[in-house]
Amino acid sequence: MTTIKAQMPGVFYRRPSPEADPYVEEGGTISEGQTIALIEVMKTFNEIKAEQGGTISKFLIADGDEVDIGQDIAELGSV
Amino acid sequence: MSQLNVVSGGLYTTVQDRGRPGHYRIGMPPSGAMDQYSCAVANLLVGNPDDAAVLEATYIGPRLEFTDRRLVAVTGADAPVTLNDEPVEAWQTFAVGPGDVLAFAMIRGGARVYIAIGGGVSVPRYLGSRSTYTLTGIGGHQGRKLADGDTLPLGAAGDGPPAGSAVPEDLRLRFDSGIELRTVIGLCSYRLTEATLQSFLDTPWKVTKDADRVGYRLRGGKLDFIEREQPFGAGSDPANVVDLGYPIGSIQVPGGDEPIVLLNDAVTGGGYATIGTIISVDRDRIAQAKTGDQVSFTSVDLDTALAARARRRDRIERVRGALRS
Repeated sequence: MTTIKAQMPGVFYRRPSPEADPYVEEGGTISEGQTIALIEVMKTFNEIKAEQGGTISKFLIADGDEVDIGQDIAELGSV
Repeated sequence: MSQLNVVSGGLYTTVQDRGRPGHYRIGMPPSGAMDQYSCAVANLLVGNPDDAAVLEATYIGPRLEFTDRRLVAVTGADAPVTLNDEPVEAWQTFAVGPGDVLAFAMIRGGARVYIAIGGGVSVPRYLGSRSTYTLTGIGGHQGRKLADGDTLPLGAAGDGPPAGSAVPEDLRLRFDSGIELRTVIGLCSYRLTEATLQSFLDTPWKVTKDADRVGYRLRGGKLDFIEREQPFGAGSDPANVVDLGYPIGSIQVPGGDEPIVLLNDAVTGGGYATIGTIISVDRDRIAQAKTGDQVSFTSVDLDTALAARARRRDRIERVRGALRS
């Protein structure tokens, strides 16, 4: 199972702003370079981009939770 | 023209040297490498003078392309380093040539890597230093963090240690869990009850997401200030005092529940009680603490702080000696 890992620590968000829809729903298809989440650290919101395409089968961190460097963010299935 | 191409700037990479001391009275903090030891050792590994500028990268390293022959070294946080996708050792001198690309994988320990390049990053000096102070946009490369596609000027490289020269194991950083920060209590610790001060020292504090070159905000306990009628000139928060100069590394607790350690790019004064100051050497330690890490404060006296500073100086000299032999 391929996972997407956090490259930095911080607070994890699945949507660009509190009222907005999530970047991607579970089960949704993503393409390489697509933004799938934000991590807030050092007073900036950093876009987390998919390094490869596929399907997000499951998010492993809840919206607004803290995330550590190297932690699995989501499970990636094949397209 | 000798230059360095920034293919990717990473998350927060800035040009830093030893810093810009001496301007605190006009409200300018020193900036400079957060982990001074790693910065000094990186410069030694490539034969640079002690005041040469290096790159400091937080959490995600940059991708750099070289345009001529140079010595390069990486110190600080533990992250796999590659040159043209082949692994190279950190804490060790290596040679690069035109077209070579230096890159980093995910950090395994610590928070900040330092990259020294023979000849140094020769951006113009501002008030005697090449350090970047992003809040006012001075120093470094255009006063900001590096962006993809930037080019940096490099100085003329002198002789350095031969490629393969390595820092002895006991003089490299170790990343233990639970980071102890030795602290001199004061200036305004009189504002806390003795029990509160003790609980401050006993509490394991967690580094929040708000932790950068300006300061580290911590969470984990609550501190009670002694009730009083606030003096003229002090704000109404119990954590307020009449304005004072903030020591670099000082700890303030606005609201009583989230201590902030002020670091190299912090405001130089204000109206919050500073209950202690981490010793200058341990700013190197907090520099390598990342969001989510645990830190604790230990009370020490000034003699201990000075001895620790002398010991760091001695460690740097031991590296210098080891690379010479």
